[in-house]
Amino acid sequence: MTHIGAIGLNTFREAVRDRVLYNLVFFALVMMGAAVLVGQISIGIEEIVIVSLGLSAISFIGLLMAVFIGVGLVSKEMDKRTIYALLSKPVRRWEFLLGKFTGLIFTLVVNTAAMAAGLFASLLYVKHHLERTDAIVLVAVYFVLLKLAIIVSLALLFSCSTSSLLSILYCAGFYVAGSFVQQMRTLRADLLGPFAGVMRWLSYLLPNFQNFSVTGLAAHGVPVPRTLILQNTLYAALYCAIVLAAASMILSRRNLK
Amino acid sequence: MTVPAIETEKLTKEYPYGFLNLKKKISLENLTMQVDSGEVFGFLGPNGAGKSTTIKLLMGLIFPTSGTARLLGKPTSNIEMHRDIGYLPEQPYFYDYLTAAEVLDYFAKFYDLPAADRKDRVRRMLRKVGLETAGDIQLRKYSKGMLQRVGLAQAILHDPQLVILDEPMSGLDPVGRREVRDIILELKNAGKTILFSTHILSDAEMLCDRVGVIVSGRLQGVGAPGELVGVQTHKMEILFSLAGTQNTVRLLSHATRTGDRYRLELPEAELYPALDQLRDASAKILSVAQVKPSLEEYFMHLVSADRAQASAVEVSGK
Repeated sequence: MTHIGAIGLNTFREAVRDRVLYNLVFFALVMMGAAVLVGQISIGIEEIVIVSLGLSAISFIGLLMAVFIGVGLVSKEMDKRTIYALLSKPVRRWEFLLGKFTGLIFTLVVNTAAMAAGLFASLLYVKHHLERTDAIVLVAVYFVLLKLAIIVSLALLFSCSTSSLLSILYCAGFYVAGSFVQQMRTLRADLLGPFAGVMRWLSYLLPNFQNFSVTGLAAHGVPVPRTLILQNTLYAALYCAIVLAAASMILSRRNLK
Repeated sequence: MTVPAIETEKLTKEYPYGFLNLKKKISLENLTMQVDSGEVFGFLGPNGAGKSTTIKLLMGLIFPTSGTARLLGKPTSNIEMHRDIGYLPEQPYFYDYLTAAEVLDYFAKFYDLPAADRKDRVRRMLRKVGLETAGDIQLRKYSKGMLQRVGLAQAILHDPQLVILDEPMSGLDPVGRREVRDIILELKNAGKTILFSTHILSDAEMLCDRVGVIVSGRLQGVGAPGELVGVQTHKMEILFSLAGTQNTVRLLSHATRTGDRYRLELPEAELYPALDQLRDASAKILSVAQVKPSLEEYFMHLVSADRAQASAVEVSGK
């Protein structure tokens, strides 16, 4: 655990020193602009607009970070050959991988927490007070983090086996396909023939990102069922574990040329 | 019986390439060698000979196609062996957003050292490699030579029994090279085993108990530098200076001149007549020594032989 923690902390330090968290300035500007604008053009739906916009921005910025930093976690170490010195220490390759995963997740948690704080500040500015139902926004933010964890694990898997460019494309493909899993499962067999079965089978392999999308509920203050919170948590944990195990198997067999 | 520090048996590494990876390039072929405990072993070879491949195989960074390797009695697949091994990669590159002190502290964490001990070791290592005043500067501002020193520091940070250095003199100025040589000698005096690859033959000749020469992935010779080049020689060398009646010395036509000095190489049987002649001409004898072939000559001989063989194979293939 010490090794994983050390690698994770170093990954977080890299993100901080490479000024990755500067994206928060961009988010702050978007939210400030939205808060001022919403107050002027909308009547009665300020909260809906702010929450929808804020959650979308948190999700989009997090997605960019998860993909672009995630695909470089292993490949950058290989390209720059920093991995040689590290793996010549008593460090197992799966420890290296888990450390990288932990480090990026920690970076995303810090980043997302700061953005969530910005979102609540905008809500407070527009509504002049916060209500108990606003806590639903926190559940939506938590779901965004779970989604990002799955994307980071996929980015790591691709990063262990292919180039950065292809890894980005694969991640984007998985993200888009994972956002339409329900539709894939309900495709009509009479239209697609045997492909309907393949699509349904594929839909269970792909990460189901639709389950994590509760922006509409949060914007309207509708409570999220506790079973969904538990179900999504277990789903994300299991999916990440399987993908990371596969990534670890690939990396442990890879020649570091 | 002491366990050899490094032991390889028929270690082979092939890289597939070409369409569908059907062709194979042999980077290392049946390497069988042994490095004893406490020995300084030099791994010599031209660029692309297989030195770094061998070292990466030993460090478990790449996997052999066939054959085995054991370090300090443990197979290279055993991750715990790394606790007693230090490694400097070729042209090392570290996290450039960290300072040298942070990089060393980071690596020290993997040896489960307490924080206070880590801090003390990092300070000592920085002093040892001459970076005590640059320890708080980010590595992105370091020169190649300074990075090499950081690499050396991280390799010996945990006081390992076996130190493997891939081209440790690369990128260093004469002062840096001298300092690295001193560190290697210091490690040797402390009873450590050192394997280092280099193509700077004078360093190998100066530091190594034994050297191994690898050419085109094949080990061509192993032994003490003196043994390899062969001390049996029947040639002598006279260094002398001469003032005045130079034309009367018949031997001058065979000598090479540098400034006011002459160098004469001649068979051992002709040494005393030549000395008589020089004495008669009032020459000042500066030195008389046996001519020994250098490691460089031996090395060049092996490389040339390999290239000639490769050309012959190519021609016969055509």
